[in-house]
Amino acid sequence: MRLEAFSVCHKYGIIEAIDKVSVSLESGDFVGILGSNGSGKTTLLRLLAGALKPSMGTILLDSEDIGDMVPKVIAQKIAVVPQNGTIPFPFSVLEIVLMGREPHKGRFSRESPQDMDIVFQAMAATSTTHLAKRSVLELSYGEKQRVIIARALAQEPGILLLDEPTSHLDPGYQVEIMDLFKSLSRFENIAVLAVLHDVNLASQYCDRLVMLNHGRKVADGPPQEVVTEEILKKVYGVKAHITTHPVVGCPQVMLVPGFMSPAS
Amino acid sequence: MKPDPVAYSAYRDRRYRCFVTLTFLLLTAMAIAAGVGAVSIPLPDVISILLRRLPYVSKWIPHTGWPDAYETIILEVRLPRILLAIIIGSSLAGAGATLQSLFRNPLADPYIMGISSGAALGATIAISFRLPSFIPGLNSVPVAAFLASIITMAVVYSLAGVSGRASMDAFLLSGVVVSSFLWAVMSLVMMVSGDSLREIMMWLMGSLSNKGYVHVKMAAPYWIFGIAVLIIMARDLNLICLGDDEARYLGVDPGQSKRIAVIASSVVTAASVSVGGVIGFVGLIVPHTMRMVLGPDHRLLLPASTIAGGIFLVTADTCARTLIAPAEIPVGVITALVGAPFFLCILRRRKIRGS
Repeated sequence: MRLEAFSVCHKYGIIEAIDKVSVSLESGDFVGILGSNGSGKTTLLRLLAGALKPSMGTILLDSEDIGDMVPKVIAQKIAVVPQNGTIPFPFSVLEIVLMGREPHKGRFSRESPQDMDIVFQAMAATSTTHLAKRSVLELSYGEKQRVIIARALAQEPGILLLDEPTSHLDPGYQVEIMDLFKSLSRFENIAVLAVLHDVNLASQYCDRLVMLNHGRKVADGPPQEVVTEEILKKVYGVKAHITTHPVVGCPQVMLVPGFMSPAS
Repeated sequence: MKPDPVAYSAYRDRRYRCFVTLTFLLLTAMAIAAGVGAVSIPLPDVISILLRRLPYVSKWIPHTGWPDAYETIILEVRLPRILLAIIIGSSLAGAGATLQSLFRNPLADPYIMGISSGAALGATIAISFRLPSFIPGLNSVPVAAFLASIITMAVVYSLAGVSGRASMDAFLLSGVVVSSFLWAVMSLVMMVSGDSLREIMMWLMGSLSNKGYVHVKMAAPYWIFGIAVLIIMARDLNLICLGDDEARYLGVDPGQSKRIAVIASSVVTAASVSVGGVIGFVGLIVPHTMRMVLGPDHRLLLPASTIAGGIFLVTADTCARTLIAPAEIPVGVITALVGAPFFLCILRRRKIRGS
């Protein structure tokens, strides 16, 4: 499966949120999107998911324009984990994860035993099985995040788009969830694209990183090419010291606190 | 601990049992409502008289020698009123459940988009100026109310659409604006209406007195159409209440589904307001109560709310016409008198359980 954006633009009013960005994603890829706050990461993800229409440029899903596809067909191929949204009613965790099967079902059909198997596998993979009967309103942020990830897995997507999937998770679950995405991309041949905040985590897990700054793409390549002192200075305005991860071998950032460096 | 599918289907079966219970309660409420009143009719006679009107079963029901007047009272006086109460109660509850999902707010009710104010203005004009009727057997009030509420709906809808895609906030805002404008116009009309003021007040409080099959026939087509559409949309409502983007990511076009759901719930609300007046609280407390019993899944919540809405209004209307007989209390007063404290109890209990 292949998802490509060709020099897409998107404006909110007159503000250019995304300016001529091209990215491509293929089965087995694990791509991280990095960038400062307000650099257009979430907008790019929503464009790729078909939730926003680009003002210019095209987005192709398996060489078909995503703007011409109905949501149901897109949802059979792409699953999205958005940033934590509010759920206004006390759905049970099981009901929420079951919603991941909706794109594959008819309007009136009940879930089949296969649907239930897929849902329980998704819940086992995200350690949410024990929450099944709990109301989503009673969950912590981290638990809810894992439930939404389980719902995305239950969609059995070819492409998984994640908007800061680890933002509410403790280090233990961060590693568990990122390991899960890594194995999905490596062994299940799923294309994974994740908006990430944590440069070090992104560098450890992603095969490719895309760096956005003010809606423009400033770097696209393996972590070694993207996580550099120069690019971090340009995008985040920070002084950083780059080392190599002793186990993974990828570049890691050590920020230099402002009070340690003379004002420049 | 893996929750097995068997346990899950048992959980679903429990909810279907609630369904059977609701239908039984509705039939019971209907039978009691047909029996009580100025002339009290024994329950077995009520059931026999009603069953004898049904196809296929009628030939198994013997006539046990009740006076003919019983049949006239039940079939000509009480039954149309009961049917109207079911239509209105289920419409308001169904529309309430739908709008609560669309607005993602459990406090939304069917009147939130100004349909009731349109109907109220239409009715006020018809009563004040004694508009002539062109439908035999039906006075001009419900017709004027229905037309005015449909026009209001169209205005609110086009105003909301001005801001680009019709978001629910835009609906709410234009509903509030149009509503306050219409109430102002209505106040003006009421000022010049003189002696019909009392009649207007009675209408505004909501009442099912002096209604017949002609009203049932007027509201029924919209009711059948609207409720059917809402039940078909139940799955979409489940996803839409998570938010627009999430609904899309799970395969539902939020714009299209919302438009259909808004129109269907507006039509059933307009039809029921025009024949019954502004009956409050049904659209708020019935879906709320059902959600606490059955959970928020709209595939169960919507049909259950429509049945429960019927039960609630049939019961309330029976109280309305018997409590201070021979006088009648407007049923809207009963629903508010029962509804408000009941609602507070629910909120209180939930708060205690939640903490």
